[in-house]
Amino acid sequence: MLRGMMMRLLAAHKPAVLAIVVLQFVQTTANLFLPTLNASVIDDGIVKGNTDLILRLGGWMAAIAAVQVAAALAAGYFSANVAMKLGRQLRQELFAKVQSLSSQEVGTFGVTSLVTRATNDVQQIQALAVLVFTMLVAAPAMGIGGIVLALNQDVVLSGIVVAIVPVLVLIMYVIVRRLVPLYRQGQVLIDRISRVLREQIIGANVIRAFVRQAHEARRFAVVNRELTRNNLQSALMVAGMLPLIMIVVNLSSVAVVWFGGHRIQAGDMQLGSLTAFIAYILQILIAIMMAMYVLMTAPRAAVCAERIQAVLDTSPAIADPPISRAGLPPGRRTPGGTVEFRDVTFAYPGAEAPVLEGISFTASPGTTTAIIGSTGSGKSTLLNLLPRFLDATSGDILIGGHNVRSLPLHFLRDSLSLVPQRAYLFSGTVAGNLRIAAPHASDADLLRALRAAQAEDFVRELPHGLHSAVSQGGTNFSGGQRQRLCIARALLRDAPVYLFDDSLSALDYATDARLRQALAPLTRRSTVIIVAERIATILDAGLILVLDQGRLVAQGTHTELMRTSTVYQEIAASQLALGGRL
Amino acid sequence: MTAPTATTTAVSSGGAGAWATGRRLLRLLRPFTWRMIAAVAATCAFVALNVSAPKLLGDATDVVVEGVFGGTFNEQKLGALLLVVAVMYLGASAFSWVQGAVTATAVQRVSYRLRAAVEDKLARLPSAHFDEQRRGDVLSRATNDVDNISQALNQLLNQLILSVLMLLGSLSMMLWLSPILAVIALVTVPFSTVVTVLVARKSQAHFSEQWSTTGELNAHLEEYITGHEVLKAFGRQGLATETFTNSNDRLFRTSARAQYVSGAVQPLLVFVSNLNYIAVAVVGALQVIAGAMTIGGVQAFIQFSRLFSQPIGQIGGMVTLIQSCIASAERVFALLDAAEIPADASALPADGAGQHATADTRTSGAVAAGGRVVFDAVTFGYGGGSPVVRDVSFTAEPGQTVAIVGHTGAGKTTMVNLLMRFYELDSGRITIDGTDITERSRDELRSMIGMVLQDAWVFTGSIRENIEYGRPGASEAEVLAAAEATLVDHFVRSLPDGYATVLGNDGDTLSQGQRQLITIARAHLAGRSILVLDEATSSVDTRTEVQIRQAMQRLRHGRTSFVIAHRLSTVRDADLILVMDHGRIVEQGNHHQLLSAKGHYSRLYDAQFAGGEESLRAAESGL
Ligand SMILES: Nc1ncnc2c1ncn2[C@@H]1O[C@H](COP(=O)(O)OP(=O)(O)OP(=O)(O)O)[C@@H](O)[C@H]1O
Ligand SMILES: Nc1ncnc2c1ncn2[C@@H]1O[C@H](COP(=O)(O)OP(=O)(O)OP(=O)(O)O)[C@@H](O)[C@H]1O
Ligand SMILES: [Mg+2]
Ligand SMILES: [Mg+2]
Repeated sequence: MLRGMMMRLLAAHKPAVLAIVVLQFVQTTANLFLPTLNASVIDDGIVKGNTDLILRLGGWMAAIAAVQVAAALAAGYFSANVAMKLGRQLRQELFAKVQSLSSQEVGTFGVTSLVTRATNDVQQIQALAVLVFTMLVAAPAMGIGGIVLALNQDVVLSGIVVAIVPVLVLIMYVIVRRLVPLYRQGQVLIDRISRVLREQIIGANVIRAFVRQAHEARRFAVVNRELTRNNLQSALMVAGMLPLIMIVVNLSSVAVVWFGGHRIQAGDMQLGSLTAFIAYILQILIAIMMAMYVLMTAPRAAVCAERIQAVLDTSPAIADPPISRAGLPPGRRTPGGTVEFRDVTFAYPGAEAPVLEGISFTASPGTTTAIIGSTGSGKSTLLNLLPRFLDATSGDILIGGHNVRSLPLHFLRDSLSLVPQRAYLFSGTVAGNLRIAAPHASDADLLRALRAAQAEDFVRELPHGLHSAVSQGGTNFSGGQRQRLCIARALLRDAPVYLFDDSLSALDYATDARLRQALAPLTRRSTVIIVAERIATILDAGLILVLDQGRLVAQGTHTELMRTSTVYQEIAASQLALGGRL
Repeated sequence: MTAPTATTTAVSSGGAGAWATGRRLLRLLRPFTWRMIAAVAATCAFVALNVSAPKLLGDATDVVVEGVFGGTFNEQKLGALLLVVAVMYLGASAFSWVQGAVTATAVQRVSYRLRAAVEDKLARLPSAHFDEQRRGDVLSRATNDVDNISQALNQLLNQLILSVLMLLGSLSMMLWLSPILAVIALVTVPFSTVVTVLVARKSQAHFSEQWSTTGELNAHLEEYITGHEVLKAFGRQGLATETFTNSNDRLFRTSARAQYVSGAVQPLLVFVSNLNYIAVAVVGALQVIAGAMTIGGVQAFIQFSRLFSQPIGQIGGMVTLIQSCIASAERVFALLDAAEIPADASALPADGAGQHATADTRTSGAVAAGGRVVFDAVTFGYGGGSPVVRDVSFTAEPGQTVAIVGHTGAGKTTMVNLLMRFYELDSGRITIDGTDITERSRDELRSMIGMVLQDAWVFTGSIRENIEYGRPGASEAEVLAAAEATLVDHFVRSLPDGYATVLGNDGDTLSQGQRQLITIARAHLAGRSILVLDEATSSVDTRTEVQIRQAMQRLRHGRTSFVIAHRLSTVRDADLILVMDHGRIVEQGNHHQLLSAKGHYSRLYDAQFAGGEESLRAAESGL
């Protein structure tokens, strides 16, 4: 997984990787060359008393040292660059992917886990890449060089060297195999730490209101302890790796002296070979330790790669249709806004009972279609089917005569303007939030939309007007203000279809009435579908759909429904009961 | 949406700040002093064994040499020596492991404490703080930064001790062999220091930026993923992508620079030591020719000077690691140092150390009757800005229901925020039963009040846990009773897992109205002496509302209640109606008084009934 991901990402950086390899090679060679030159200083210079030669060789050594540092610096530059580019690309890919996922798919990972994957997990992979680039040439060169040199000296004694390699591999294998699940668990725990903290921030007022800080602290402590225990376990294992390897290598040098001593005694081996052998073993040890640094980072990076890949491999259930745009109307959106539901049924994945069943209706341009029904009767779900946040389990949904599934997503969504039930604003400015719907709208456009949404007054009263700051989620605005900003956002867009999901609930009645009045001219030619609880809001709707437990139990105008639909009568009666009058 | 309101970019506060942060980080290790001493001792033992074992191995080689030249091969002596060496190596490894294990334990405990400190801090930050700082950035501090500190500390403590000991060891060996040569070798030290300092000066800023940009990216991600449906609905993924890409590019540039600059230390130091090495080789060779030195002397010296320069290089490399660690620590400490809610004035024994524990037990206490709530000339503005509640005065008698009505943005929720002490008054006072609310601890105050907030919030956990939140430890029957009264039971029953259904992702799997019902059930179960309902039923349909109305009335009975609702029907029966406009109470009285006053209230009332009344009435009579 990790290897595959690295290979894929590195493919785009072949020249840089090649440069790193070459530079590292130059660097390592230069480093090995210095002692050789030093040897000639002694052998050729001192012994022959040649001062000139000594100075010349000294000059050469300085030149090589310069080459070495230049190569090392350049290699470092490319390594940093490539490693961080890998990180950047992974983050970008993750973000692009996440944006194509549906709420359900985002939910399976969880918001905080996705965030962790794009930051912390990517960091681990970056770190590994840097290490690999640094050790790429040096470690294998030293290790293999050491082994070759050892073989060259004495084949029989090299048996010891050859014997320790599998032992070392085994040790690493055993430790790495235990590390992987630990790291996997560790990353999940980081997700959970984030999740608990995120909830504590979002729910701060509820926690405080119910005086449950202690409870929350305990909840956090459980995860924190688990994470600490997990991290400690992996740290201890990593801490154990180095001593284990040292033992094996060091004991093998003891063995070399023992067996070497006997071989020398038997006359099978030269005395000088013994000392050389110990030096080579040391070299191998250093190479192994370098490789170990990589290996210590590798399991965690591998786990992170796995987690990142899992996101990248998710194929969004809702995607653009594969077909060509042949049958599409010209322009960016559907020409007509007629919305038609044909026997639509929808069940949330995994749930047995459908949330919507056999829904059929037609909403025509220039009319308002209202949806009314109890809490949980499926109103929001119905609206979410239109922009394809969800796909119907069966039945067809048509917009302007086109099946929503046959339209490219951006095309479909450009035809809609939605006010969601939960008024969500992004941190930034009021203007920035409004321009989400229409990036090129002028300030005058914004003010016009705000006026229609009955939000102009309070926005004007803000210290910086349109450019006043909005905090995350819009928490520095009152509930009703947030809702109206969301309505203004939707009105900025001149769309064939407007969807309002219970968007007037936080408004007082006077504002509600004014808003509906202002809405009428703006949406005159469009299809308006509005979810509402108040009968007063929907009195003049051309078509009212009465939903009850996922079924469309009646449709018609207010007067018709008051005559024919018991559910609607009940709703009306409930509003009378609540009001005493209405 | 590009400008985050308050990126608390902890721009490196220069050298002095870094030192202070470093010292503060070290203070975190203080509880582990003994462990650290043990770690140092273990490292000493490790170094001693590791240095002397090769010496004995050399002796063993000599035994072999003796055998070759002297003719007698003393196998027993060789065996004995090698056995000692083997034991020494075993010991070295054991000490190395002890050192590693002790350090790892200390570092993990420090990380635990840092995370716990962050969490604890969240509970003490004023609500205003959350308006300013983005969540993702706070989360990044608790995860990415603490993770960075922990990894860096671990590596530092492991290597720094070792490198310093190696440095001291080789220095003393050199001094012992030849003091003059040692002094020459020491020439590299100032050079190395200069190189390290120069590099470090450049890299500190990059590290600070790297970690603050990571926080920023985290914040973008958290926010965009949370609101991804809105972006999708408007086909504006591109916009988010643009902002994200900008941060991502910045993170790339700054981490590449940090990595590159810090990675340059080691090669540069190697270069310094190589130059020294060459100088020694050349000068030494010339000395030998001049007869001032022997070849062996020069070679020994070269070997030790290399041995000496190795730890110098390592320590140099660690300087940048320290910087990265400090950059993260600065961010964590900045959060920990953020202004807190002013301490509770009262010195009730319930407070202080055992605050949490006692607060929780108090929660489950029985309901005291009444609660006389008085607002006296209360004025408040968010963040010290222009007041959104102005000079508000009224009295709620025990058991009364007070309705607050007014246009959206009039300041209704703000009044609740003040009563709950989520924010502190600018002037005026609020008393409950004669006691100023600031004279009680916040927890004590809040334990008297049950509330349903305007934004229905459910947390990850089962539905049962969510209801029980208002009264931990409530019995099954009590939870069920609350759920039945508030019609939660109605929809929970159709869920396959019933009350054990786990809600995740901000309660995504429920409809908005269902979430609201759960929060009502929560307040219902909590049953405190004062009740606050802020738009409690705004997303609940009217048929359901009629059904829970009785429950709500029963709930209000005997409690001083504050009800905020646009639906004037809810308001009509209130004992006292406060009509708010632009932060002021413009009218107060009961329904009939206000109607006959023909002021704000009667206009609001008319607006509500202007539209549908006639037709509905007509239809009603036609039935
Ligand atoms: N956290 C905050 N920071 C800054 N300003 C705020 C904050 N919360 C509310 N405001 C402002 O204070 C004013 C009063 O808001 P408040 O939430 O009290 O209104 P409300 O009467 O409850 O309105 P609604 O009926 O819409 O809920 C508004 O203008 C709002 O923009
Ligand atoms: N993601 C989901 N997974 C499973 N079930 C869901 C999910 N979202 C909603 N539901 C269920 O589907 C039903 C319909 O929900 P929906 O949000 O459409 O209701 P609604 O009519 O909009 O209600 P409200 O008036 O409260 O907003 C509810 O019973 C709800 O619990
Ligand atoms: Mg809904
Ligand atoms: Mg409010």
